Formats: sequence, C-alpha cells, structure tokens
Amino acid sequence: MTGFLRSEFFHNYRRSSSAVIGSALMLGFAFAVMVGPFLVAQNPYDIAALDLMDSYKPPVWLEGGDPRFPLGTDGQGRDVWASILYGARISVFIGLVAMVASCTIGTLLGLVAGFYGGIVDSVIMRIADIQLSFPSILIALFLMSAVGTGVDKVLIALTAVGWVVYARTVRGSTLSEIEKEYVQAAKVAGLPNHKIIRKHVLPNVLTPLIVIATIQVGTFVLIEASLSFLGVGVPITQPSLGLLIKNGFDVLFSGLWWTSVFPGIAIMILVFGINLFGDFLRDELNPRLK
Amino acid sequence: MMANTAQHPLLEVRDLHTYFHTFSGTVKAVNGVSFAINEGEVMGLVGESGGGKSVVGFSILGLIDSPGRIEAGEILLEGQNLVAAGEDRLRAIRGREISMVFQDPMTSLNPLHTVGKQMDEVLRLHSDLDAEARHAACVEMLESVGISRAADRLKAYPHQFSGGMRQRVVIAIAMLARPKLIIADEPTTALDVTIQSQILKLMRAQIADKGASMILITHDLAVVSEMADHITVLYCGNVVERGRTRDVIENPSHPYTRGLIDSIPDTTKRLDRLSQIPGSVPDIRNLPHGCNFRDRCPRAQARCASEEPKLMPQHASLMAACHFPLEPGDTA
Amino acid sequence: MLGYLLKRLIQMVLVLWIVSVIVFLMMSFTGDPVFMVVPIDATDAEIAQARRLLGLDQSILVQYWKFLTSLLQGDFGRSYVFRQPAMTLILERLPATVEMVIVAMVLAVVVAIPLGVYAGANPDGRLSRMIMAGSLMGISLPGFWVGMVLIYLFAVTWGVFPSSGRGDTAEIFGLRISLATWDGWHHIALPAITLSLGTMAILLRMTRAGMMEVSRQDFMKFARAKGATRRDVLYKHGLKNALIPVVTIFGLQLGDLIAFATITETIFSWPGMGKLLIDSIYRADRPVIVVYLMLVALIFVVINFLVDIVYTLIDPRITLK
Repeated sequence: MTGFLRSEFFHNYRRSSSAVIGSALMLGFAFAVMVGPFLVAQNPYDIAALDLMDSYKPPVWLEGGDPRFPLGTDGQGRDVWASILYGARISVFIGLVAMVASCTIGTLLGLVAGFYGGIVDSVIMRIADIQLSFPSILIALFLMSAVGTGVDKVLIALTAVGWVVYARTVRGSTLSEIEKEYVQAAKVAGLPNHKIIRKHVLPNVLTPLIVIATIQVGTFVLIEASLSFLGVGVPITQPSLGLLIKNGFDVLFSGLWWTSVFPGIAIMILVFGINLFGDFLRDELNPRLK
Repeated sequence: MMANTAQHPLLEVRDLHTYFHTFSGTVKAVNGVSFAINEGEVMGLVGESGGGKSVVGFSILGLIDSPGRIEAGEILLEGQNLVAAGEDRLRAIRGREISMVFQDPMTSLNPLHTVGKQMDEVLRLHSDLDAEARHAACVEMLESVGISRAADRLKAYPHQFSGGMRQRVVIAIAMLARPKLIIADEPTTALDVTIQSQILKLMRAQIADKGASMILITHDLAVVSEMADHITVLYCGNVVERGRTRDVIENPSHPYTRGLIDSIPDTTKRLDRLSQIPGSVPDIRNLPHGCNFRDRCPRAQARCASEEPKLMPQHASLMAACHFPLEPGDTA
Repeated sequence: MLGYLLKRLIQMVLVLWIVSVIVFLMMSFTGDPVFMVVPIDATDAEIAQARRLLGLDQSILVQYWKFLTSLLQGDFGRSYVFRQPAMTLILERLPATVEMVIVAMVLAVVVAIPLGVYAGANPDGRLSRMIMAGSLMGISLPGFWVGMVLIYLFAVTWGVFPSSGRGDTAEIFGLRISLATWDGWHHIALPAITLSLGTMAILLRMTRAGMMEVSRQDFMKFARAKGATRRDVLYKHGLKNALIPVVTIFGLQLGDLIAFATITETIFSWPGMGKLLIDSIYRADRPVIVVYLMLVALIFVVINFLVDIVYTLIDPRITLK
C-alpha cells in the first residue's frame, strides 16, 4: 500500500484535480446508492407510504415546499429525492452488470478470434465491423423493440452492443503477442494455450481494458436512460433515472420541472465523475503520451 | 560582420546545462558542456545513446520544450548569446544561420505536404524571393543533393520517396537558406548501410561546397573519423575528451574514448571477440560522486570516487577529464 | 479505381443483406403482428385467414425468401397502422430528419473544430481547461434531458422558442424545407442545438487529441527548426494531420446524429422519420420498423463510403484499394 502511495500513478492522481473530483463524484454516488435508501423515510415503491395529498409539492426552497420532501414530489406524492436514490440503484446496477458481461464476453471472443484465426476470426470480426458502423443506441433501441421491456432485457441489449470494443482490443493485442518469438517458443515447447493467454496476453491488454470498462459504465447508464426515456427500457415498476425523467417530462409543460430536472442532474453527476476519472486513467495508463 | 568572425569562433558553447524536470527526478541531460567550432569546420559530437548529444543540438536552436530547460551556460553564435535571445531572434536564426538534420527521415517530413511546399517554406521564411525564383532555387538544391527530375519530384509527397531519398530532401531543406552551421543528429542511423556512406559523402560535399560548418552528432566513431576535423566525446552530459580527430582516434587519453574505439568492428584485423565497454551508462538522474565513468573504467582508483576530474590538457591536441589518462602506446 | 468501386459495392450489398437477415430474424421472433391487423373481437377463423394473407403460416425460410424478393422488387410492405406503403411514410418524413441532422452537424463542426484546435494548441491554458470541462459535461449529459431543460427554459418559462413541431416550410425542388422560412428556423433551433451537443463534444475532444498527438511528431519540430513560428507550425503543419482522425469519426458521428434524432424528434414532436420509428415501435408496426432500419443501413453504408473518399483527398498516403 505504501508502495502505491509513493508511486508515480498516485502522485499524478493527487496532482490532477479532475481525477480527484471525478473519483470523489463516483465514490459519493456509490455511497448514496448503497446507503441512501436507508436514509430516506419513504419507500417510493410502497404504495401504502404514498399520499396523494402530497402530490406535486415543489422543492423545499420554493413556496409551498414541504421539509419532508427536499426535492419535491411527483404526481403520486412520491418523494423525488427518494425516487432518485432508488432509481440510481437500478441505473448503476444495469451499468455495472452490463459492463462486466460485455467485458467477459468480448474478451473471450477476442481471445478466440486472435488465437485461432481463420474462419472463426473472420466471422467474429465481420460481425464486429458491421455492428460498429451502426450507432449503439440504434442497435439497442432495435433490440429492445424486439424483445420488450425489462431490466434483464436491457442488460442483454447493452451487452450485445458493448462486447465489440473488448473483442477488437483483445484480438489486436493477442495477435501482436502470439507473433512474438518467445511466445512462439513457448508454444513449441508445449506451454498450454491457457497459460500463454494468462501469462502473456492478458497482462498486456489489461490496461486498455480498464480504461474502456470505466468509461463504458457511464455510456451504458446514458444508453439505458435513453431507452427508458423512450419507454422501451426498464418497466415502470423499476424506474431508473431515465424513466424518472420520462415521467417528469409528461408534466413539464405544467411547469412541474423538478420531477425531471433532478434525476437528470443525478445522471450527469454520475457520468461526469466516471468520465473525468476515465480521462485521467486513459492519459495516465497510455504509455504513448509519456 | 567580418570583424566579428575574426574575433569569435562561429559557435561557442560555454558551460551549457540543460535539465529535464520529471517526476522521477531531474535529468541532467547536459551538465556543463563547452566546445567551440570555427567556420568551415566539422565537429563530431560522440557518445552512447542517452548521453545528451541530441539535447545539445536542440539547446543550440532553442528548441528545448517543457519539462526541459536551459539552466545555465552560454551559446554564442558569432559572439551573440542565443540563450538570452528572444523567440523572434531565434526564429530568424533557425533554418537561416543554423539548420538541423534529424535522425529519422521517415518522420521528419510532413506526410501531407508536398516536398516542394516543405522546401519552399524555408525560402518564404528567410528570403524575399518571388515564387518563381524560389521554385528555381528549390529545383537547383534538389538536383544538387542528387535527386533527378527535381521539378517533378517537388510535386511528390514524402511517402513516395525511399528513406535515403527523404534524407536527401531533408538535407536539401537544411542547406536551402545557405546556413553557416548544420547540426546533423545521427543523420544516417536510420538508413541502410549502403545508403549511409552515400548520405555522408553528400553531406561532406554540400558543406565543402557552401563553406558551412557542421556538428555531426553520432554514436558511431567510424563515421566521425571519416568526416570530422575535431571530436568532442560526451559521457553522462559531460565532455570527457576533445581534440583533433586524428589524435582522438589514434591515441585517446580518456579510457571511455578508448573503449568506444575498441568497440568499432575492424575488418582489417581478425579478432576473436569484439571488445566492449563493460557495464552501462549510469542512471543520469542519480549520478555517482566523482568520475561518472569510474564503475566501468579499468583504470579507476580511489581518487576517482572522491574527486571529479576536470578537463585538462593532455598529449598532442587533446583535452580530457581523467585522473589517470592514457599516454600514447598505453592499452586500456 | 474501378476495382475499388466494385469491391465496395459488393461489400455494401453484403452488409445490407446481413442487416436484412438480422432484421427479419429479430422481427419474426417477437410478437405476433396478426393482432395488429385483425379486430379485437376476431374469431379464430378470421385470425387464421389474416395469418394466411400475411404469409405468417409458412416456414421461416419461405417467409424470408418472400421478404427478400419483395424488398428487391421495391415492395417494402404497408404500414399496419396507416395502411399506406411504409416506404412512402418514411420518405415523406426523411427531409425533416435530414435537415435537422445537417443543421446539428454544421453547428457541431463550427463550434468544435476551432475550440478543439485551441485547446490542443494550448493544453495547459485556463480557457482550454474550461473548454475541456465543458466538453466532458457535453458527453456526460443525457441529450434528451438537455432538450427538456431547453424546452422548459426557452419555451415554457420565457416563451422565446416554440417547444414542438416543425413550423412553416417552403417547397424547394419538391422538398418541404424549414430552413427556407424564418418560422422554420425558429422551430429548428432548439432541436438542432439539443442534437448537436453530444457530437460537438466528441468532435472537440478528437480535434484536441489530434492536435496534441501531432505536436509530438518529429516533423513539427523539424518545421520549427526551419524557423517557422510555433503558430504556423501548429496551424499549417499540425491541423491537417490532426483532422485525419476527426474525419474518420465524422461518418460515425453522422450516424449517431441520425440515431439520436429519434429521441430528439420525440421530445420536440419533430415530424421526422425518427419519431415515426418510435411511434411504430409502440404500435408494433413492423413494416415501418423494417423499412426504417434498411433505409438507415443504406444511409450509413453510403456515408462510410463517402468518408473513405474524403480520406483519400486529405491524406495522399491513402489510395483506394
């Protein structure tokens, strides 16, 4: 640990205000998501806890605000702040799980493509090429329109969109690695493939994967929000931040801005934090820039 | 101007210190280097990779970028200190009075501009010639570096040339404004062996033809022994030996120079094994006290660890920084 | 050159064919469109009849074959909802989308390139840091949320811009164009700004990265050794090199704009093909979704082809092979 604290990485981290701010935003968000629901009085999913008399209360600093609802309430008397804390859990959960799934599947396919080459490689990479020439949001939108709404279905759509970058990165680095003489020698000497992969390929590709994975969580949170906003993402029983915005949008023209603006700010804080930190990681871990 | 040149050498570097401030410490790339070069002379600047040779070249042109900085010293071009000169003055000097040839011709030309445009740029910056006269000058210059059909070639892009041809183009650009001094930084290292000698011949002819001086930066003593009038040997950012080429090559007095010479493959003698200097260049961020070379030196004694040797006159034309210098006839 | 064109053409057809297979497969696994065409109180016999009429009673290969042959004959099916040819519906709405995408793209380029060049040329400056923070904000914001905030501020609160619709259009070469009327400009402003923000941020960051990357190149130092000013070196030698990666992603960004136009059009009730797509998804109007996807695939393939051509115009090292 002291070794890490003295490392150049940590030194640069402390000197980079964007890295510190980014990680602080991420950690703060993670904290709010984990313990938040225990801090608010109302469970927004418990119909019994809702009171229609409390509906459309503005934020507490505006006239008519209620101290029980710091960011106001929606049409069912649901506390916006509580909804955000619960909704952020769903958004973050989807982002993280879809990232892990994409990374696992993409890395495996990349290894297979790079290692075995031939027809397997061509098929995987052609699919990747075609997929990359279409915007992720459109592919996800199309998949969702076909499979219907649901958290599991959003995860499937995001994974189907997200594996490509990992596959390409891992394949490239696998190819350059297995061409090296010592790996060829190890192969001739009978070192099993999984050892070659573990010892030579994965360590080399780990750094770019960390950067891609970090930023991808933010991208996924945004795509999920867009899908849910369009009504083809999560179901209304499990409202993510995006769905909260959609619900708020329906009453925006009546001037009830707080039900949609605050969930958007929550998304922004999360994704901005991830991107700030991801940028720092990319600059720091990219040896070409040094 | 003529009076000036009589009083001063063309270029004099005095006690130059160029440091790079990085996280892992201050890299003293150039740490007190002095030398002088007269009009029409060729000086070889020799040392191992990482010995600070290129940094000397960039310091002279004022092209040291952050985190590097010239910490101390003077660079006098005809008596005028370039370290103190402003950017405008330096720009007027770059390419006009002092120009530079880089190591890798594959990367020193802009891939998106034609060769003609890149040559023309020098004349637009440093002359009042009209487009037609500039074009004529470029054609003439390109022909003089041995590129045929020069007028056509001006319209070509760098990727349409081979490495050797590109280095000819780079040399043509460097010579175009008739500079007084050329700094050639490993001009042949990136080229095929057969092309290397052609390029060296070309450079020698160009300098002789235009009466320019040259600083030839290289790790290759064989190259400087053919080209240079004087040799300055750098080790860890310091000058360890300098003198006339003949004296340095035949009877060096610094053990480091001896080591460099012994590691040149000599085709006339049959050796069982090519000798090499043991060990490697010490960490330049954390130099040992005393003589920097002592850990690799066969002659090192206790004094070498306690006291840093100063550059002192030796036999013939040589100056060397060594407590126990070699005499003619000594082996290392 | 002819060989290249032929090769590209074959590639394009291949991509479109694969897209048609995927689109068809996805569509046949989901939902039963027969309920879109029969009345709610239809009898089993009526449903079976409708199924036969739609060809849904046949094997999947036969269905695909019919689907493909009718696509090739220019028969793209009729919308279940509008009872009109799906292609006609989409083509009617295409100009509105294209015009919004073009305005957004122009806006993004005009803002992003100069700011990106500046930030790349002065990476440590205070203004550069602000530009970069702003651009990072741009890629961290949900675009639809920005659109909503703009509507709330400019339409609901201040009432300076309309919140929805396309406004007056004028006919130019048979196309109805908003940009020909003042009212049209007034209506397109908010959606176009909303749509452009993400692309603006990405182009800006690419331009900056390109500038910084190119600053490290030997030829930049060589140009300075010739005596050129730092500024000239940056703009005359650096910029063009820095823009090569920007051109590469330009095509992708154009695709992204078309994709995100679906969301923007939904928010601003912009009568383009994106809004039609979302409406069709809600109503499971399969033929419209299929035609939209095939048309967009064709557009993307053509854009990629054009980007390759532009590439060769900028970079002499690249030849069409």
